[in-house]
Amino acid sequence: MSQNQSQNQSQKTPIVTLSGVQKYYGDYHALRGISAEIGQGEFFSLLGPSGCGKTTLLRAIAGFEDISEGHILLDGRDMEGVPPNRRPTNMVFQSYAIFPHMSVAENVGFGLRRSGKNAAEKRKAVGEALEMVGLGQFGARAAHALSGGQRQRVALARALIMKPKVLLLDEPLSALDKKMREVMQVELIRLQREVGITFILVTHDQEEALVMSDRIAVMFEGEIAQLDDPETLYRRPKSRRVAEFIGMMNFLPAQVSGEVAGRVDLDVKGLGRAELELAQCPSGARAGAAEVGVRPESLTLLYEGQSAEGGREASGTVREVVYYGDMTYYDILLDGAPAPVRVSMRNMPGRRVLDFGARARLAWDPRAMVLFC
Amino acid sequence: MKLNLLAVFATLYLLVLYAPIVLLPLFAFNDGTVIAFPLQGFTTQWFAALLNTPALHQATGNSLIIAVSTAILATILGLFAARAATRYSFPGKAGIVGFIMLPLVLPEVIVAISLLIVLMQLGLDSGTWSIIAGHTLICTPFAIAILQGSFANMDRSLEEAAVDLGETPWSTFRLITLPLVSPGIIASLLICFTISLDEFIIAFFLSGNEPTLPVYLWGQLRFPARLPVVMALGTILVVLSVLLLVVAETFRRRGLKRAGLKDTGGFL
Amino acid sequence: MGPGHCGRGTVWVNASFHKMMRSEAGKGLTLVSPTLIYALLLLAAPLAMIVLLSFWTQNFLTIERVATLSNYREALGDPLYRALMLRSLRISGTVTLVTVLLAFPVAYFISFHVRPDRKSLWLFLITIPFWTSYLIRVFLWRVILAYDGPVNGTLLGLGIIDEPLSWILYNANAVVITLAHAFAPFAILPIFVSLEKIDRSLLEAARDLGESRAMSFLRVTLPLAMPGVLAAVLIVFIPTVGDYVTPRLVGGSGGTMIANMIYAQIFDLNDRPMGATLAVMAMLIVAMVLLWGITRARLWLWLLDRAGGGPAGAALALAAAVVEILVIRLVFFQGPAWIGAGPSVIALLLAATLGSALILWRVPKGRWGI
Repeated sequence: MSQNQSQNQSQKTPIVTLSGVQKYYGDYHALRGISAEIGQGEFFSLLGPSGCGKTTLLRAIAGFEDISEGHILLDGRDMEGVPPNRRPTNMVFQSYAIFPHMSVAENVGFGLRRSGKNAAEKRKAVGEALEMVGLGQFGARAAHALSGGQRQRVALARALIMKPKVLLLDEPLSALDKKMREVMQVELIRLQREVGITFILVTHDQEEALVMSDRIAVMFEGEIAQLDDPETLYRRPKSRRVAEFIGMMNFLPAQVSGEVAGRVDLDVKGLGRAELELAQCPSGARAGAAEVGVRPESLTLLYEGQSAEGGREASGTVREVVYYGDMTYYDILLDGAPAPVRVSMRNMPGRRVLDFGARARLAWDPRAMVLFC
Repeated sequence: MKLNLLAVFATLYLLVLYAPIVLLPLFAFNDGTVIAFPLQGFTTQWFAALLNTPALHQATGNSLIIAVSTAILATILGLFAARAATRYSFPGKAGIVGFIMLPLVLPEVIVAISLLIVLMQLGLDSGTWSIIAGHTLICTPFAIAILQGSFANMDRSLEEAAVDLGETPWSTFRLITLPLVSPGIIASLLICFTISLDEFIIAFFLSGNEPTLPVYLWGQLRFPARLPVVMALGTILVVLSVLLLVVAETFRRRGLKRAGLKDTGGFL
Repeated sequence: MGPGHCGRGTVWVNASFHKMMRSEAGKGLTLVSPTLIYALLLLAAPLAMIVLLSFWTQNFLTIERVATLSNYREALGDPLYRALMLRSLRISGTVTLVTVLLAFPVAYFISFHVRPDRKSLWLFLITIPFWTSYLIRVFLWRVILAYDGPVNGTLLGLGIIDEPLSWILYNANAVVITLAHAFAPFAILPIFVSLEKIDRSLLEAARDLGESRAMSFLRVTLPLAMPGVLAAVLIVFIPTVGDYVTPRLVGGSGGTMIANMIYAQIFDLNDRPMGATLAVMAMLIVAMVLLWGITRARLWLWLLDRAGGGPAGAALALAAAVVEILVIRLVFFQGPAWIGAGPSVIALLLAATLGSALILWRVPKGRWGI
């Protein structure tokens, strides 16, 4: 679903256009030429490790950072020289920035001061905004008497009441505990669908980005390493670095013998011969040494009596067993491979958890592989 | 055992710290012209004597003018510097702030004579305005120390949030920054007022023929017959200072509470 | 910058100026400038003025505007000034030592043994006396320490002494007592702050790793509290050297300090250049003495650590301290006879300061934070 949706959206009129955005702090090159288009109504994420420039980029869109070069267009208008208070964006801050000397309602209604609305209209708008985030009766509460989740909801209501063209969220869930975070992820998706506003989310949590986004820009060192929908990002990472950052991936040494008519022929250490399509080789395919990436769930343990399709089988020894309840992770050292591979298996009735040191057989599928040259 | 010893020591320490102040009212209400034990009996005549001493009233007036002006000027200068120091990084910051804070450690006598000599060399008469100038110089570091705390306690994204919601930098300052640091401003005003009211050396060097309250007091100390009156005046001053301090401390704590923060210590 | 902008140099310059003013640095400097200008006008300029004046001389009613070192020669050579300066340093040094030693346990008590919600009350109680009239507090010490005052009265009453103590008023001792009292909060606050910053789990870790309570205090708490102690030393020593009120009120003739002499030069003897000279000298000597103290503390602690701590290290550090102090005493007291008073003091200050610079340069800042 998300893939179709995102393809539709990227064809829609872009609401945010970044072209060649550069940012220097003295000698430090924080943003190294960022270009992207973000569609109307899209849930877009900037994902990357700390220091990759994602927050700088978000703050540049909001107008809190001047950019050194390039252009940021919001709804077709160049934002150069436009201060944050005149940009059609609103922000949910990492600390939520709830004004401590005001009540919840005063916080939410803060931005309406210059809207020209009369007191009754403002009250109504504030009530609706609070209702929308599920804080209907909290208007009179003092801001410092709120829990973390409630503060975040106030911050959301306060920004959404402004009906911005783009809502910017700076690591909005990082201050919450795991349970609350999961609740708020769902809540944010619901809200975004409801209001139809473009959301740009900054996060360092790959899982959060995968769950919520239509498209994700993975950033390293001030550059976008890959911009794709979550599924493509997960299944076809363009570089080893992206693959390592998103989920878990095994990397096996391989020998590429060559490419014939769009099929790449290679020998994977510990697994055997495989044939990949060119689409599985983001950095091309040259004869010689390379690496093959396989997700743990794409390797399947074979139990007694089972056999792999097309004879694509390998065997090895269990070197580690990590039991998670719903899943079990195994590290298996394949015969002839230099390092163990990680395999994840769903625990099901009748499916035995293997012991440390046991022999194991694996089935593998070339369609789930990615080649990095 | 160790804890007890420390607690006893700390309590004794506090007692000694308060010893002179406790003596003050004893002698102020003592019906005897000699400041010594044993006490002679209760009287309020020394306080009454304060009422009909015109020179004292003159000095009090001067002191009040100086203290109020100093408090306002030092707090304004402190606001500029504290804001710059907490919010921005600029070249030479440590040196500039350090230099502004210098009067905090410089002996007051140095500040006093350097100002006096400049006035003398320029051929200007010293007076109330020169004391205000000197007091502002030594009070500004205190104002900065207090206000820096207020500014630093404020989450920077609060101001960004206000701008993001459509306010201009100036209206943000008025709507967000000022209310959140106002307890600090009031504390700063009160502290600077108190310091200026008590300050002696600079006033002594620069007062010319317009003595401040401490300078007047100093003059009285030479006359043994005037000492009981001095004690009465001192009692009033101490009570006033303590009152001002309690108010200042209350405001500081309210400010912390308003910013949703825990109390982490006292002044400075 | 597109090609279209190239011809519009002035516009570009203007824009870059505005960009500078809008930048962090520009805004910060603009904001700090009123306060900075005020401090420059009322602190830097007057200080420069007295330095200038110190090179001029007073010729009866007029000031001779010819640069000369004669004031400095007189200030360094005249035994009266030398004695006064030395006494000021000695009194301030004693005050600092007494104040910090007494303040440390109190700060430690408040930081480690007082309930967190009571801490600010204790600090408040300690700061209150400081905010009350300095003049009156000092005067009350005169009453307390007087021949017929409460101290003597109590001691006599308890039969501890037979006749009133006379060595506690109108001399240097009285000055030390009074100043130590007045500067108590200045010492407690910085020490308290540095003690508060110590992560309590560090002490638990030290105990967990087998140290006794006393040893974990010596090996963890004390080194980490050193910056606060240092701040306390600075904040007590510098202002007390220049104190005027206390020596005048309780010091008698034996307790006079440099500030009283500066005042006398300017107001009583009407010799402003000499007053300026004494003030400049006082500042320089205080700076050099502080530098000496800090660098030597660093050197001694470094020696202590280099010798592996313990008695051997302590002996080495102590030896280094004793030798240097003996040499300084020798030069100070015998120097005038050998090479004249002025040159010997200058030589001493120069040697000590060079030593300080050398230590700052070569000896690393140790784990004591000095």
